[in-house]
Amino acid sequence: MTTLALRDLTARPSPLAPGHGLCAGCSESVVAREVLYALDKPAVVVSATGCLEISTSRFPFTSWRTPWMHSAFENAATTINGIEAAYKALVRRGAMEPREIAFVVFAGDGATYDIGLQWLSGAIERGHRFIYICLNNEAYMNTGIQRSGASILGTWTTTTPVGKVAPGKMQWRKDLTGIIAAHNAPYVAQAATHAWKDLMTKVQRADAAEGPTFINVLAPCTRGWRYEPEDTMAISRLAVETGMWPLYEVDRGQWKITHKLRDRKPVTEWLKSQGRFSHLLQPENKHVVEEIQRRVDEEWKRLLQRCGEA
Amino acid sequence: MMAIGAGRKAKVDFVKGTPVALNGDALVAHAMRQVHPDVVACYPITPQTILTETFSEFVANGEVHTEFIAVESEHAAMSACVGAAAAGARTQTATSGPGLALMWEMLWVASGCRLPIVLHLCTRAFSAPLNILGDHHDLMGMRETSWVMLSAETAQEAYDNGIQAVRIAEHPDVLLPVASAMDGFITTHSVERVELLPDDAVAEFVGTYKPAYSLLDLERPVSMGPWDFHDYFFEHKRQQVEAMDRAREVAIEVAREYGDMSGRYYGPVEPYRMEDAEVAVVIMGSAAGTVRTVVDELRQEGVRAGVLRIRLLRPFPSEAVAQALSGVRAAAVLERSITYGAASNGLHMEISSVLCSRGLSPRLESWSYGLGGRNTTPAQFRRVYEELLRAEEGARAPLAVRYVDLRE
Repeated sequence: MTTLALRDLTARPSPLAPGHGLCAGCSESVVAREVLYALDKPAVVVSATGCLEISTSRFPFTSWRTPWMHSAFENAATTINGIEAAYKALVRRGAMEPREIAFVVFAGDGATYDIGLQWLSGAIERGHRFIYICLNNEAYMNTGIQRSGASILGTWTTTTPVGKVAPGKMQWRKDLTGIIAAHNAPYVAQAATHAWKDLMTKVQRADAAEGPTFINVLAPCTRGWRYEPEDTMAISRLAVETGMWPLYEVDRGQWKITHKLRDRKPVTEWLKSQGRFSHLLQPENKHVVEEIQRRVDEEWKRLLQRCGEA
Repeated sequence: MMAIGAGRKAKVDFVKGTPVALNGDALVAHAMRQVHPDVVACYPITPQTILTETFSEFVANGEVHTEFIAVESEHAAMSACVGAAAAGARTQTATSGPGLALMWEMLWVASGCRLPIVLHLCTRAFSAPLNILGDHHDLMGMRETSWVMLSAETAQEAYDNGIQAVRIAEHPDVLLPVASAMDGFITTHSVERVELLPDDAVAEFVGTYKPAYSLLDLERPVSMGPWDFHDYFFEHKRQQVEAMDRAREVAIEVAREYGDMSGRYYGPVEPYRMEDAEVAVVIMGSAAGTVRTVVDELRQEGVRAGVLRIRLLRPFPSEAVAQALSGVRAAAVLERSITYGAASNGLHMEISSVLCSRGLSPRLESWSYGLGGRNTTPAQFRRVYEELLRAEEGARAPLAVRYVDLRE
């Protein structure tokens, strides 16, 4: 298994070349490299339609030094299943030698929580071997910051604008990681961009599970979240420290928090760090902030129960 | 004239098939088994279901090396096919009407990525109202998706086309997906006396697929399905046009080679008694046989009637169609579909364009028949010929589409 010592990692050639078109401060290329560096085998990658996809594949150029495909928005899981099936069949009929390959998907929260949930659900139920990485930036950023099933209550987006009667998004988010865990996939986890060693360890565990695996990675978006590009890592860290985005894994049904919090910071720390929540700091939206805190407390409590720590 | 029989080999030592009694679905499942697909991804839908079930039995009994993916929807079926074909696998699927509609987005991805997937289409009407029986709205709607399309008259031909489809799709000059259609229920569910070719003869005919590029070629990594903007997209679409043009000759050549092997020859169009025909019907699919019996009756009565069946729908066999219709006084294009709000039905428009651009101007009528699985009878088609014969010399065809056996 690949060592996670920084001096070794920095010496390795990157499967994702520089020169792509992602924004300054974007977390997605960071996550993509963390994932691919963690694997000690070549990866075949499928990207759902989204920022990472368009920014790395502008014809006639490509940033991918590993086999890569984009087929559509909602179906990255099924596309990688087809590739994995081809591998098994070609080996079976002797057209290629068996070899170590990781089958990896990168897809945003739009492609995963919303439009592609059925495809992912079917792929997991069928038991294909793949590592599905959700680049969760909590809205449809590639089309210009529209709400998703991952956006939280009170989030400003262009389809949940802050108006005279609406303080941004009116609903909470869905617990997608829990939904995938309920499929009894062998390995499911939540990770965040800044916690590179935690993420890379999870990728290695997912790879070792040799089945359908899923890692939901919080991927801050400087444009959509309204913060300065240099703050990406700090914002990612704050999500974990406030309990907005707990880091945990579900390894063959065993729930475990991988980054324990002694003192959870209040969610206001998180909300005031980004322009998309600035309206929530107004006195008239105090009840929204209270509801967000209540939801986060509730989710945290439930997570502790699931991990046997309550 | 692309006469049937032209170019047939003189010998009679065709590969001997085994006669069996099977319905179209089960027979095409055997074609799938015999071409040794690496990956099949299917979702059952009436009237395709028997096909998927039969192929599942081949998988369960270890008769194929195929990786069979029982997906959760037709969109997923074509998505898995796209991934598998991009990874260099011989890949197949099958569906019907609404399933094809759900695949729609991915049909374009398959052709745009130039992936030689074969889809067996068991035609079915679209909802609403709900109807599971056969018509050709799925087939007609698919024409714009840059797939090569074959339409079979019989279960035997669906089997033969299904085998040929692999060769057409994988031909290096083509590399386009191919749809091989048969009529829902009429062909998919009717048990016929058909012939199965020996497994090794089919295996030899289709050969082994050797992809030029594969996502599993780790030493030569490729990026597929990239973001392609205004600066290159148009040229890529033009390349598809050229591939489609080349597919016409390839389809004709593959059919000839298949005939030399099996003894069953097919042209891009199948003319019957068209040599001196004065009146003709143009039709697709299973109803062609019914029309031929009407033609025989009319011929006995001294009427110079003929029928032209379109077998290759995409690329459209324009020259063959023009040649076949060049001598007729009047023809009716009978379609198992409606092109709503259009000048006429889809195939009629296409044939009008073919004839007009060649300075040919027979009376060409547009008719719809058999929607939602409505029975087709010789009497219905006889009436169409009678209408054609009744028209005065030189009189224009009616502007409106006419309907066979419809309560008005």
